[in-house]
Amino acid sequence: MHVPDGFLDATTSMATGAVAVAAVGVALRGARRELDDRAAPLAGLVATFVFATQMLNFPVGAGTSGHLLGGALAAILVGPFTGLLCLSVVLLVQCLLFADGGITALGTNIDLMGVVTVAVGWLVFRALQRVLPKRLSSVAPAAAVGAFVSVPAAALCFTGLYAVGGQAEIPLGTLAAAMVGWHLIIGLGEAVITGLAVASIVAVRPDLVYGARRVLRTRALEVRTADGATG
Amino acid sequence: MRRVSTRALVVAGVLVALLLAGVGSYYASSSPDGLDRVAQDKGFARTERPHAADDSPLAGYDTEGVRNRRVSGGLAGVAGSLVVLALASGLALAVRRRAAGRDAEQRDLAERPGG
Repeated sequence: MHVPDGFLDATTSMATGAVAVAAVGVALRGARRELDDRAAPLAGLVATFVFATQMLNFPVGAGTSGHLLGGALAAILVGPFTGLLCLSVVLLVQCLLFADGGITALGTNIDLMGVVTVAVGWLVFRALQRVLPKRLSSVAPAAAVGAFVSVPAAALCFTGLYAVGGQAEIPLGTLAAAMVGWHLIIGLGEAVITGLAVASIVAVRPDLVYGARRVLRTRALEVRTADGATG
Repeated sequence: MRRVSTRALVVAGVLVALLLAGVGSYYASSSPDGLDRVAQDKGFARTERPHAADDSPLAGYDTEGVRNRRVSGGLAGVAGSLVVLALASGLALAVRRRAAGRDAEQRDLAERPGG
């Protein structure tokens, strides 16, 4: 979903750039609360995994492909603020080294593939956590649903930006329908990859998964009660 | 089950990522992605302007000067993964909350009169 140079006008690109700078600034402060000595190495892994997986375009039919965006995955594994930092590093490297995603569109891409997918993925995940059983086995499915929703949400936000600053006259309704339509299918791929990746880490080291912390805390309390009863 | 150390998990995960970027990427679909497809169908792909980094040695996920497509793309993927790993790890280490002991130590130093 990398927006190239020339899709959006200069004013819109500057505005999205300003939003991206502000968001990364907030994330730099917020990430401090999420990252300790134990969790920090995982952030490097998450960014690397998102970069690698974004290279793996999967076919979604009719000569079209999609790739992982990764915001939901990153948010659930390392926390939303750190997740946005990971995505921003990936998008910066893709833009400068690989000419993927326009330089004037870097802010737009950080907003769409970073801020929107992280925020939507995380909020949907947290909402599901409130209603699902507080078990480790709920973490990966909730992550997958958050990931699924995050992709059409980013597509819809692109449509909104295009309505404001698009460089061609495109009827909005048809643009929204086309963008959301394709990205609902791509979202299924996002859900599968995110679910598998989160499930793998939950299986070996649930304590390192940011989105599993609340579940583990509940469990720890139960253990302490049992200890008190036997001791 | 033996507990997997954080180091082992990160090393294994990075190896998987390098394998995906270095080898798996060759098998990825080269069809336009969702946005490119819509841009072509709806007729706004034409407003795309050339990228200022188009002459980067890794532009388009190919390594300049390497003829073999499999090697060219694989090298670009591995190089990109390593750059992302270095930058993101460095950033996380810089931003992270230091262990409580060290924090207290720094506070003590800062609060020492005349220090």
